[in-house]
Amino acid sequence: MTEATRSLPADPPAAAPLTARSAPASRPAGDMEVAFDIQGFSLWYGALQALFDVTIQIPAQQVTAIIGPSGCGKSTFLRALNRMHELTPGTRIAGTLRLFGDDLYSSAIDPTQVRRRVGMVFQKSNPFPTMSIAENVLAGLRLNGVRDRGFLRERLEAALRMAALWDEVKDVLGRPGVSLSGGQQQRLCIARALAVEPETLLMDEPCSALDPIATAKIEELIRDLRTRYTVVIVTHNMQQAARLSDRTAFFYLGKLVEYDETRTIFMKPANPQTEAYVSGRFG
Amino acid sequence: MPAAISVHPSRGQQVWRRFKSRVMAAVMLTCALAVMAPLFLVLYNLVHEGATSLDWHFFTQLPKPTGEVGGGMANAIVGTLVLLAMAAVIGVPFGVMGGVYLAEYGSDRVNDWLRFAADVLNGIPSIVWGMVVWALLVVPLKTFSAYAGGVALGLMMIPLVMRTTEEVLVLVPQGYREAALALGIARWRTIVVIVVRTALKGIITGILVALARVAGETAPLLFTALGNNFWARSLAAPVSALPLQIYAYALSPYDDWHRQAWAGALVLMALILLTNILVRFLSRERRFA
Amino acid sequence: MRRFFDAELETFRSQLIRMGETAIEQVRAAMKALMEASPSLADQIIAADDQIDQLEVMIDDEAIRYMNLRAPIASDLRLVIVGMKASHDLERVGDEATSIAKRAIRLSAEPPLKPYIDLPRMATIALEMLRDALDCFLVDDEAKAIAVCKRDAEVDAINRQLYRELTSFMVEKPETISRAIELMFISKSLERIADHATNIAEEMIYLSKGKDVRHTEELKKAGKLPA
Repeated sequence: MTEATRSLPADPPAAAPLTARSAPASRPAGDMEVAFDIQGFSLWYGALQALFDVTIQIPAQQVTAIIGPSGCGKSTFLRALNRMHELTPGTRIAGTLRLFGDDLYSSAIDPTQVRRRVGMVFQKSNPFPTMSIAENVLAGLRLNGVRDRGFLRERLEAALRMAALWDEVKDVLGRPGVSLSGGQQQRLCIARALAVEPETLLMDEPCSALDPIATAKIEELIRDLRTRYTVVIVTHNMQQAARLSDRTAFFYLGKLVEYDETRTIFMKPANPQTEAYVSGRFG
Repeated sequence: MPAAISVHPSRGQQVWRRFKSRVMAAVMLTCALAVMAPLFLVLYNLVHEGATSLDWHFFTQLPKPTGEVGGGMANAIVGTLVLLAMAAVIGVPFGVMGGVYLAEYGSDRVNDWLRFAADVLNGIPSIVWGMVVWALLVVPLKTFSAYAGGVALGLMMIPLVMRTTEEVLVLVPQGYREAALALGIARWRTIVVIVVRTALKGIITGILVALARVAGETAPLLFTALGNNFWARSLAAPVSALPLQIYAYALSPYDDWHRQAWAGALVLMALILLTNILVRFLSRERRFA
Repeated sequence: MRRFFDAELETFRSQLIRMGETAIEQVRAAMKALMEASPSLADQIIAADDQIDQLEVMIDDEAIRYMNLRAPIASDLRLVIVGMKASHDLERVGDEATSIAKRAIRLSAEPPLKPYIDLPRMATIALEMLRDALDCFLVDDEAKAIAVCKRDAEVDAINRQLYRELTSFMVEKPETISRAIELMFISKSLERIADHATNIAEEMIYLSKGKDVRHTEELKKAGKLPA
């Protein structure tokens, strides 16, 4: 896999994307393939255990929401999916975490490779301040060695269209990325994440810093994305989880308490803790 | 009936408080002016004494032999610039990369020791630097040289640049690093293209400040560059520099040389002032169209 | 953690309970008016129906307000929805009781057709069913609720039997037709009251378990007793 991506920059635009698998669009819609298969996964920050024996299968091409009170481990769990927790020194894990069958934590895999397959969008939008809109979107590609300008131009437009931003910025691609409004910046970050064509997209409370209209636009975007991508979204907004997701996982104190179809979690949760949380009676 | 405690000041109290407030303001204004006074004193004296000596000759001619009137400090000005260039060659790469290491890599313990070392180095008297480089470069090579001078100044720059670089890099929000890494960009690339580039203005500012600081150092050059009344034969030979020339002239018994020393000091001061203005210009807030 | 809206839900519940109690009382009083041939009591019942109607409006209003402003989820939402539905059933019970009272007034003008045995029996069962269904609201008891649904068959059986009896009366003695018809209507009202009690019981099961047991096979079979 490493070899294939190193030879990539010289290839013409028709080359396969940076991922190891075929493009997401080629998979038939509606099959219940498992994207993330996680077994007995635990995580420690030094001596402090943050995740306890989490076992969960996240299906492909669906939106899975992760909910839970502050400090329950939902962000930790999300970051473990693309090994971002390793930025904090002193973390260690146990258990297995597979993406479409590949063990993401095996010693043969470089975390950088993992992150090309598993994209991430953060709570606070963070377009690179020294780059223009176009440069931001293409940052992931160019900084990984892709040079072909035609290919880059195509990807730029495709990513911005997918992020529902193309029409708004197509004439001002040279403007600095930070000159956009908050909601546009977040969509720019989504476009940037999509440009490298990951297989899955992780979103950590992507709308919590945005006004309702910007939030609505991004929610529509997420609903559209699920036809091609597996989306895992952490949110503390119950209604948003109910609107967007197909399945919902409720975490509490580092444990996975309940994981089911969203309609079940919100209509008839099996666990009283889940019911207390979704009804707003937690604490 | 107990006396009522009121939180509202009486009229008399209000007047007294206002008076106290004004007195303190006046005292602090005086102190602020007292702080700025030396700067104005220096500038005034330099301009007063040295401005008249600044002419075309000063910038183009070499010092005249002892006793003769006239001549200039062309070699000293060039020498200062050369020494600064060499100092930059040493100070910038090591300093910036050291700063990058402190900000992005390393463990907390190791970094604490590194910072401590840098702070100690920053406090070392400049004459000690001169002696050290004298022992390391001048004695073995049996010659004073521009190289030695540049090295001395460069070594002084390193801890300074390292600390300022680190400070600026730490200010770059973690969000940018995370965003870049989440795109699958390798760590070193993230640091170079995203972090350093974002902090670039701050880093350049730090470098310029360090350069301005070492530009005026005399002591380290005494044992390394030594000084030269002529154009240096090569970089491996003694070279002149403004501080050295000023020092030599100031101690001399000749009025003409005193005059020129003032002028030299004025030129040095102008160099530092210009650097600071440039730094301010670069750090200004930029507004988007 | 108790939240401010929990008090609102408590109020909502107690309104529903009050409505239930009132409805039960109306039915009981209507039967008493019939048995004692007391038009004055019947008049009181007819006047009191207003209370029940008002309660239905209040409960519906409160339910809609709560859904709009509090966005209830899971069991809270079920409570609100069940409240709306049950209040409708109870309002219909109140109307049936009023109808019984009106017919009691008409019947009191003439001597009773026969000693009333079956009607009080139906009423007793229907009232017990209502009582049990409402008890399930206070204390979750799925078994009790299912028992209520199954008892509906008993009431239906008595109703059918009474029809046959009254029909033969009317055939034999045509002068009894007007009274017999009134009695048939009263029987029908009581049968409807039992149906409403069944509905309420089904709603209580939904409230406690989130399970919709209406029109399911098990209960349909239970309703089909041999004639």
